[in-house]
Amino acid sequence: MVCEQLIDLLVIGAGPAGLAAAIAAKEEGISSLLVLEREKEPGGILRQCIHNGFGLHRFSEELTGPEYAARDIARAHELEIPIECDTTVLSVSPDRQVTCVSPKHGFRRFSAKAIILAMGCRERPRGALCTPGTRCAGIYSAGTAQRFVNLEGYMPGKRVVILGSGDIGLIMARRMTLQGAKVLACVEIMPYSSGLNRNIVQCLDDYGIPLYLSHTVTEIRGRDRLEGITVSEVDSNRNPIPGSEIRFDCDTLLLSCGLIPENELSQGAGVEISPLTSGAVVRETFETSVPGIFACGNVLHVHDLVDHVSNESFKAGRAAAAYIRSASSAETDTADVWKVQDGAGVRGTVPQMISKHPSSDVDLMFRPSAVFRNASAVVECDGVEILRKKSLIFTPGEMAVLTLKKALLDTLSGSCIEVRMEGGSSRG
Amino acid sequence: MDKVITCINCPVGCRMTVTLSDHGEFVSVTGNTCPRGAKYAEQECTLPLRMITAVLPVAGSDTPLSVKTSSPVPKEMIAEIMEELSRVSISTPISAGQVILPNILNTGADLVATRSLL
Amino acid sequence: MIQLDILVIGAGITGTALSRELSRLNATVAVIDRACDVAEGATKANSGIVHAGYDALPGTQKAMYNVRGAQMYPGLCESLGVSYRKCGALVIGFDEADCAALRDLLDRGIQNGVRDLRLLSQKEALALEPSLNPEVLCALSVPESAIVSPYEMAFALADDAAVNGVSFSFDQDVTGISRLEDGTWQVTTSKDVFICKVLVNCAGSSGADLHNMISDQKLHMVHRRGQYYLLDRAAELPFSRTVFQCPSRMGKGVLVSPTVHGNLLLGPTAEDIPDPLDTATTSDGLSEILKKASRTWPALSVRTNITNFSGVRAHLDTDDFIVGPVPFAPGAFEAIGIESPGLSSAPAIAQDLSAMIASYLSLERKSSLRPFPKHPKPFHEMSDEERTVAVSTDPEYGRIVCRCEVVTEAEIRQAIRRPVGARTIDGIKRRTRAGMGRCQGGFCSPRVAQILSEETGTPLLRITKDGGHSYLLADTIGSFLKGGHR
Repeated sequence: MVCEQLIDLLVIGAGPAGLAAAIAAKEEGISSLLVLEREKEPGGILRQCIHNGFGLHRFSEELTGPEYAARDIARAHELEIPIECDTTVLSVSPDRQVTCVSPKHGFRRFSAKAIILAMGCRERPRGALCTPGTRCAGIYSAGTAQRFVNLEGYMPGKRVVILGSGDIGLIMARRMTLQGAKVLACVEIMPYSSGLNRNIVQCLDDYGIPLYLSHTVTEIRGRDRLEGITVSEVDSNRNPIPGSEIRFDCDTLLLSCGLIPENELSQGAGVEISPLTSGAVVRETFETSVPGIFACGNVLHVHDLVDHVSNESFKAGRAAAAYIRSASSAETDTADVWKVQDGAGVRGTVPQMISKHPSSDVDLMFRPSAVFRNASAVVECDGVEILRKKSLIFTPGEMAVLTLKKALLDTLSGSCIEVRMEGGSSRG
Repeated sequence: MDKVITCINCPVGCRMTVTLSDHGEFVSVTGNTCPRGAKYAEQECTLPLRMITAVLPVAGSDTPLSVKTSSPVPKEMIAEIMEELSRVSISTPISAGQVILPNILNTGADLVATRSLL
Repeated sequence: MIQLDILVIGAGITGTALSRELSRLNATVAVIDRACDVAEGATKANSGIVHAGYDALPGTQKAMYNVRGAQMYPGLCESLGVSYRKCGALVIGFDEADCAALRDLLDRGIQNGVRDLRLLSQKEALALEPSLNPEVLCALSVPESAIVSPYEMAFALADDAAVNGVSFSFDQDVTGISRLEDGTWQVTTSKDVFICKVLVNCAGSSGADLHNMISDQKLHMVHRRGQYYLLDRAAELPFSRTVFQCPSRMGKGVLVSPTVHGNLLLGPTAEDIPDPLDTATTSDGLSEILKKASRTWPALSVRTNITNFSGVRAHLDTDDFIVGPVPFAPGAFEAIGIESPGLSSAPAIAQDLSAMIASYLSLERKSSLRPFPKHPKPFHEMSDEERTVAVSTDPEYGRIVCRCEVVTEAEIRQAIRRPVGARTIDGIKRRTRAGMGRCQGGFCSPRVAQILSEETGTPLLRITKDGGHSYLLADTIGSFLKGGHR
């Protein structure tokens, strides 16, 4: 017989999202709470992100990943927030029953008044790319390689090609080079990199690593260990162009081809998932379609900056605390919410719903579907413009944030809020 | 002499053309859209600086130690500094923030632990 | 030099099934394989179908062994604790020629002794499998068709054999075979020399090569590669049955089938290639699968693809199995050309070969057997109560290593400690499913490598993905920094 433990708030994941959410909830007075973490230490992916550049927005200084995480962990300890590591959540039910398992405490079942999902994301594996060739050793997602190097102290290989120019791929190009490997190329299927300019300059250019845009890996060779790959240029439909093949002799291929929110538990709880973000559909309080279940951080939508993850998660933590205190969700009547829609040139706006009487300002977060220069992001409520933000550039590699003031929202009625891009050149 | 560099301050990524004197000194910059770009261009052409982060092996520990320079160091010294770091011998315990190697190669920057290892 | 009664060359499905039969006899038996583990050849990369037996021409070895073998599967899987599901199959046709071919198949099936075969109309077929292409004109229903995990089957057979005295040895590449004056066989490998009274060639794709080393009646074998897509088990299955298209000269065509683990399998292609070890996938092969499978399943989507793989089947020019003594080579036996339906046939082939060998050596059956140590239920399939008990008995059940497939540290250690235990990352993957899921080992492989290192006393740098030189890691960060590789 498995006993059921009652608890006010259960936070799943002790990465930056879970830590911030738990800190905010505790600061709001929720004392019956528990953070569950599957790794042996809190900190999430930041533990292996040993490069600097974290925390500029939040702390006005540049920290490394472990340093950023250490601040939240210290605050959580100060607030006496219990964090149980080495504990994996196995299931979450729609009525907020959670089962989990750990070597120390065995199999347990909790019944929570509120749950915050903060499980983060995972990398797109080779299978998703359908790259033909052998299935030899030496092909890793960039994050796996990062773990081997930065946390385990092992180098996966000597001669490396990186597929995908997202920030993790770029960071690993520099890491592998600094630690003594030879990085031959970084290959990107799109005509532009989704990584920060700073990373292209400081991770590739600084070390003379060529970036092949509009190229992809078309063959993988090697029986036991990777021996080489072929890279081909792609046309505008991303199909390889015959005759453009370049062969590389390498023993390692790192894949940095996108991140996917890890929502298996959310789906088990019946949480509605957006096909655009691959994360939960939420309202401005970060409450999902299942009452009392909240989501924040990379499990909700993939962020570029941990500072944004923390800010979002503080809000989710406060909202969960408010939910626990009032024991009710915000208005569920559809007449009392605006539905948020992606307009032209916009993808995956979060939140997808906004209450007509929000308790504070609401950030609309989205990505443009292409690069827009000298353009505006425009917010309309039932076709009437309510906010406009101009920028020299909007790019898919950078999440855009538009803040809707509470004072503005309080004056509006209607049923639909739409975000769209206007003007400017766009490409790819 | 002209040199083209990409600005790293924001996603616009301005392609800036820097004019250098015959002695390689910074003269002027075009192509930037803001003063931050001009400042970066001058710095980058005069004395480019970089933070270095790394992981180093630790005697008696399966987990390596992550470290950083306490301030940016000259870019041209990166290889030399990594060489120097490979000679540092480290043993536990170490606490985050601890100086592992003071004033690396007279750069004025210290090598600092970014995590604790007990 | 190792002396024994019987040496089996090849630890695929035929070799392991045979080793289990031989373990029942009073004899010293060893199984060797050139690869690093059981089931490393065609056995690890095929469709996993226990065919009912309608396909092979009546009177062939294939027809006889298929039907007999398939009938042995339910009992064998039950006693070995291997999942087996009689999900049934449909063979579909799109035009009158196909329908005629299906009528032929029905006749063949009846002659071969397959039960419950029935021709279906378009309407009946679509009623059974609504995701089928509505252009389907006719179908053959094969309720006896089943699915099984071929490598799990081989692991269990090997484990059972090993607890009953058969020894297994890997990385043994046979370099020479000769018959000694006393009538025994000397088999030289890359590692050892074996002297045996009986040798059995179950060498899969090397079967003809080994045969030609000991027989003047030369055989020629074609290496036929089959490529596959494997989709995530989170994806909704379009079919509850295995769906074949009309077979051709090159094989049974591209199928769409659920697996016993709830994934969806698409494939195989059939390409004749020179090198039996060339298990690469190709862009042509992969697009051919999509093209053909979409004819069965018009709504086909491989958005949830988790991996592509290929296997090489051993096809003899004679298009039939050869099972029995090697002519003019007393004491040598063989099972070669074991392509599809080889998985289905293996138990029956093993039974016959074992009987022939027992008779040749006048061997008695053992008076008692050690019971097969049934593999514990996977954590993933346990109820909450069972999980509670499992973790309280062994706390390592409380540590989930593979989050996609929910595999615990306890199960990974068990896989290494099995009688024929895992020694590689892929060996763990195929025994436990750790790394088999949607992240393809991204999260769990560092931990799995560590556990393997701990359990086997192998340094982490010597751990391989799948044997040979498939090392996971190049060196420590210390040696790299010291310039060893710069």
